[in-house]
Amino acid sequence: MTDTLEHSFYAQMTLIRQTEQAFFDLYSRGLMAGTVHTSIGQEACAVGVVAALDKQRDVIFSSHRAHGHYLAYCDDVEGLVAELLGRHTGVVGGIGGTQHLHKHNLYTNGIQGGIVPNAVGAALAEKLAGSGAIVTVFVGDGTLGQGVVYESMNLAALWALPLLFVLEDNRYAQSTPSRLEHAGRLADRPRAFGIATLDLSGADAAAQEPQQALGVDEIYTAACTAVAHVRTHTAPFFLALRTYRLAPHSKGDDVRDPAELAAAWAGDPLARLAQQLAPAVCAALDAAAARRVQAAIDAALAAPPQLINAFAQRAGWSPWQPL
Amino acid sequence: MTYLESLRRALHTILADDPRALLLGEDILDPYGGAFKVTQGLSTRFPDRVFTTPISEAAIVGVSVGLALRGWRPIAEIMFGDFVTLAADQLINHAAKYAAMYNGQVRVPLVVRTPMGGGRGYGPTHSQSLERLFFGIPHLTVLAPAHVHDAGALLLAAAAAEGPVLFVENKLLYPQPLLLGAGAGVLRRSERVDAYGYPVVRLANYAAREQPDVTIAAYGGMSRLLVEVLARLAAEEVRVLAVLPTCISPLDEAPLAAAAGESGRLLLVEESQAAFGWGAEVAARLLAAPVGAPGAQLRLARLGAQPTVIPAARELEDAVLVTAAAVEEALLALLRI
Repeated sequence: MTDTLEHSFYAQMTLIRQTEQAFFDLYSRGLMAGTVHTSIGQEACAVGVVAALDKQRDVIFSSHRAHGHYLAYCDDVEGLVAELLGRHTGVVGGIGGTQHLHKHNLYTNGIQGGIVPNAVGAALAEKLAGSGAIVTVFVGDGTLGQGVVYESMNLAALWALPLLFVLEDNRYAQSTPSRLEHAGRLADRPRAFGIATLDLSGADAAAQEPQQALGVDEIYTAACTAVAHVRTHTAPFFLALRTYRLAPHSKGDDVRDPAELAAAWAGDPLARLAQQLAPAVCAALDAAAARRVQAAIDAALAAPPQLINAFAQRAGWSPWQPL
Repeated sequence: MTYLESLRRALHTILADDPRALLLGEDILDPYGGAFKVTQGLSTRFPDRVFTTPISEAAIVGVSVGLALRGWRPIAEIMFGDFVTLAADQLINHAAKYAAMYNGQVRVPLVVRTPMGGGRGYGPTHSQSLERLFFGIPHLTVLAPAHVHDAGALLLAAAAAEGPVLFVENKLLYPQPLLLGAGAGVLRRSERVDAYGYPVVRLANYAAREQPDVTIAAYGGMSRLLVEVLARLAAEEVRVLAVLPTCISPLDEAPLAAAAGESGRLLLVEESQAAFGWGAEVAARLLAAPVGAPGAQLRLARLGAQPTVIPAARELEDAVLVTAAAVEEALLALLRI
């Protein structure tokens, strides 16, 4: 990796980290409602994979844990923060909130696995249009419990679609460890459909001791291979990434072993990347990100309230009118 | 022209006129041409735009949603309406959500066609009218042509819609000739449009200068029974006005209220079980709004299938589903109230 690339990765990862930490802070201060699923600890997956894509034309689908993918894709911290604060200045006007984001060619939804056939359809759309674009769909290990994911793998392989599956294997589905959810190895599933697979989940390793989450450089290298395969062969690819969610599933619901968490924090990919860079560079990038996040929060909090009548008009209903 | 031919011609027109139109479904390729043959000839004529799929209803609809999001105009076929439960998540949480939850920044122009209804001895899981599970879902339109409508024209309208449409066909109507124009047999037929721009047909078994004794509202496959009952009751000089909408959800009750007001008596008939159904919604709307002359009380009754599975045995199936005899009996009972 070049210095420039490393700096860019660090800048993006620290922006995602600080944005999501700010979300926790806004919740604790009662300024944010609903729920939030952060990707703290998993930023390298978003940044490393999206860096390998062509942001001008490629398409991304993601799920309930998508802030990192969103920021890596479009860097729109202002639109994201306003969205989570429920402002009409949010990227989808405060209607979608944390789990339902859309900008340019990125789409997220809150139903586990439901976006995967949509990504297959988008890949068919690009193939039929001859655009050369590929589609990437991010899923977690827990999502592999959904049957429609396998319908989707079958069609992606059968129709030779330009679709990259990225499995962020963070070893937990909400509170339940993967070993209580899945028989067999996750990466064997795409292989059964004849989908080229690169398994960096650690499941193939003989060692049983906890393994470190992958760093952004390893992920970026693997993603470049995966993206080249999809684009060159017009065929699906499955990239399984070992990662770890350092923060709770949503807000305060963490029942994992504190020793396991401490070990995972010691291997935090963001901190490991910082060790490769000059401290002054990291400090400057951290400060710049902090300023952007704070400015985004200030702007969102200062935004005028939602215009209910305007929303109703767009959605086609009349406020307060009984049937 | 039959109901089936009308639908098939419409599919040919849609694919011929719009290069972004695509067809997806199980067993839809020639020479088989679909389980009910609605898609016959299309894969031969448009080989690059007709996709046969595995038995994966969720993915058929899910892939169609992705195609629609990205600028194509997919039409998906679900072989039997009973199987649409497998695609319910895609219809409710994806197709119907994206445009509104992304603040109007995307469109999902998608048609999911599927045949509902019993009467063919297919038994409990191939005979239902499950469209009622999808009534009232915001931003999902449910259209259902009867054979007194131009079924193909309605399919063209569905394919031109901005958002997702569940297009409910009826198995027993497929071989029926369409009853169009002013003279539908011995019945007077007239057509208007509802607030959503979709056709509503009125059938009358009495002269234009007369008033109906009773009004009957129904949709889809029930038209077969209504035509039969209206003709028979004409001989007995019972004047019946039938009103058949095509846009079932969302519901514009105004054409139904107007027809009900002409007689003051309304029988609501649906092929599925009536409890929590379309008739219940219509009834609730009409009770909340004045119908007919000031102070007049609307007399209402509902008729639907018995609340159990639809048996395979012919005599049992007839006992569970709405028949022409049951419609006639319910109409006469309503006249006695």
